[in-house]
Amino acid sequence: MNQSISQDTTGATPVTQSDAAPGIKIKADKVKVFYGEKQALFDVDLDINENEVTSLIGPSGCGKSTFLRSLNRMNDTIDICRVEGSIALDGEDIYDKNVDVVHLRARVGMVFQKPNPFPKSIFDNVAYGPRIHGLVDNKSDLDQIVQTSLEKAGLWNEVKDRLDQPGTGLSGGQQQRLCIARAVAVSPEVILMDEPCSALDPIATAKIEELIDELRSNFTIVIVTHSMQQAARVSQKTAFFHLGYLVEVDETEKMFTNPTDERTQGYITGRFG
Amino acid sequence: MTDAATTMNGNTGGGLTTRNSGEAVRKSLKRRYAAEKRFQMYGILAIFFAICMLGLLFTTIIGKAVPAFTQTMINLEVTLYPQDIDPDGTRDPQVLSRANYRTIIRQAFFDLFPDVTSRRDKRQLFEMISPGAVFEIRDQVLKNPDLIGERVTIQMPLSDDIDQLNKGQIDRNLPEAERRVKDKQIAWFERLENRGLVETVFNTTFFTAGDSREPELAGIRGAAMGSLFTMLVTLLVSFPLAVSAAIYLEEFAPVNKWTQTIEVNINNLAAVPSIVFGLLGLAVFINFFGMPRSAPVVGGLVLALMTLPTIIIAARSALKSVPPSIREAAYGLGASPLQVITHHVLPLAMPGILTGTIIGMAQALGETAPLLMIGMVAFIVDIPQGPLDPSTVLPVQIYIWADSPERAFVERTSAAICVLLAFLVFMNVSAVFLRKRFERKW
Repeated sequence: MNQSISQDTTGATPVTQSDAAPGIKIKADKVKVFYGEKQALFDVDLDINENEVTSLIGPSGCGKSTFLRSLNRMNDTIDICRVEGSIALDGEDIYDKNVDVVHLRARVGMVFQKPNPFPKSIFDNVAYGPRIHGLVDNKSDLDQIVQTSLEKAGLWNEVKDRLDQPGTGLSGGQQQRLCIARAVAVSPEVILMDEPCSALDPIATAKIEELIDELRSNFTIVIVTHSMQQAARVSQKTAFFHLGYLVEVDETEKMFTNPTDERTQGYITGRFG
Repeated sequence: MTDAATTMNGNTGGGLTTRNSGEAVRKSLKRRYAAEKRFQMYGILAIFFAICMLGLLFTTIIGKAVPAFTQTMINLEVTLYPQDIDPDGTRDPQVLSRANYRTIIRQAFFDLFPDVTSRRDKRQLFEMISPGAVFEIRDQVLKNPDLIGERVTIQMPLSDDIDQLNKGQIDRNLPEAERRVKDKQIAWFERLENRGLVETVFNTTFFTAGDSREPELAGIRGAAMGSLFTMLVTLLVSFPLAVSAAIYLEEFAPVNKWTQTIEVNINNLAAVPSIVFGLLGLAVFINFFGMPRSAPVVGGLVLALMTLPTIIIAARSALKSVPPSIREAAYGLGASPLQVITHHVLPLAMPGILTGTIIGMAQALGETAPLLMIGMVAFIVDIPQGPLDPSTVLPVQIYIWADSPERAFVERTSAAICVLLAFLVFMNVSAVFLRKRFERKW
């Protein structure tokens, strides 16, 4: 797959395969995002490592969600939104004209802040992605994918007897895990999570965090969170955003014990934010 | 609860009074509850008023319509002389249908009243029988030619005036000159009644016949079929057009001067008086495209134009009300914009779209003015067999009958209104049914 993509890459793409260091899944280079006249992100450079959890932290309105949503071009759905700079997935600029956004989103899945299962059965929720992308030819393969995805999301044992019931009937935590299973079912390479636990209670949150740690072996995960503890618990790398700037990015451990920038220090010690 | 807390905070925060805030809240609580009670009262009164008006409407209309569902008939014994019907004995349906049954009825009827001799009286006497009576005999003979030569009893309608007399709609105490039924006719009718020849039966003609100048022969079927065909054309044209337009405007169209202009114009279109659409239909569909006049297809197209903005506006608001989280979820999985719409947004918006469609269709069903412009007000006896046949529609039929001088058309007007209302109820019920089917638990 990598090869075919690098062949597609045109000379116009600023980032080429050779630039991407091994282990770097996504390389953001001077990313600027505008909403109309207002600039929301300023020159963000960020490398996201493969099979790692990268967390984006920062006070509300700092641009961390905006950055996350530009990684799978969800910002395309907003008319006035404009992205400059380059974001390379496996060395290929995702904002290149040749990149199909539908294909991109199949490779970069997303889990949202509020659990948003479709008003369909649990089975159909998980099977939707594989169905539209034509990943399976027969029913038994589809059953298999649904089961594996639900297992990966740690939901299988709770719902295996009621797959035909509406996904909206589950509890908040279960719904969010269903959304994760739904994202996993498409077998993406990267999963983006936009504050996936902010609408959940501590027990459900703990489950999801555990799950994120397990998913790390198969997927590259980028998570936006408001909870510093969560970032510390689940991520290997943390990026701190402030007022649209990427202030600091480092190993999570170092970020929380010995940050370089005083703004980072102020934020993680709770002085502002 | 929250309100009370806010008030308390406001009081303490404002520093007006700290120790009496509980008392102040209690006082204001009383006022607030009283306001709520008052508001509920207004609501109940409004609903009560509406129900009263509706009840009044229904009782008058149904009360007036009930007599229309019965018809006064006479059981007349006639001799079907072969020389009158089929002198050559060919039993050819052509011959049978052209035979002079009028003479047979005249003969049989006059035989009942041997004392009536003068030409004038005879004319008045024969006026008591509906001109439609000949069709009753003809149909019987055509159905069973073996009856020729026999003496049979055939039930045939009496004229509308006699029917009205029998239903008590004509005041017998009025001076003769002021009522349509003459003294002699009343006497003759009473003689018929005494001999047990008069019978009041269910008025099947009303449901099977087209329009007629004779109230006792007039039926609603032609108009009902016309309405049905018109509505079908309207639905088939306006629903897909409106839904596609709404989807495009809501989901795909960029927001710019053009789409804003289109939006404003759609909203304006919804407010255009319906008669203007009729003129447009006359100019475009009939004069320019040469479509047939008085035809449901043209009526349907005109009403579709009128219904379009209603459905577009309703469909757009239904599409808008689908939570964005569902779109995001589908986009996030890599669904294409069309898949997002057809798989998720449209099914969720369907109940709302259907509601708008039904409102538009109900409006179209009751519309009269534009149809007058395209000739659907013509007097059409034949029942339309398709959307290209000339026909009229229910509201226009009501208008035509309401305009007719015959007393018997008054009750038929009300009966036609009942049929129109039944049509509406049927449409609404099917809409509710459809909506229930599309509705999903959220």
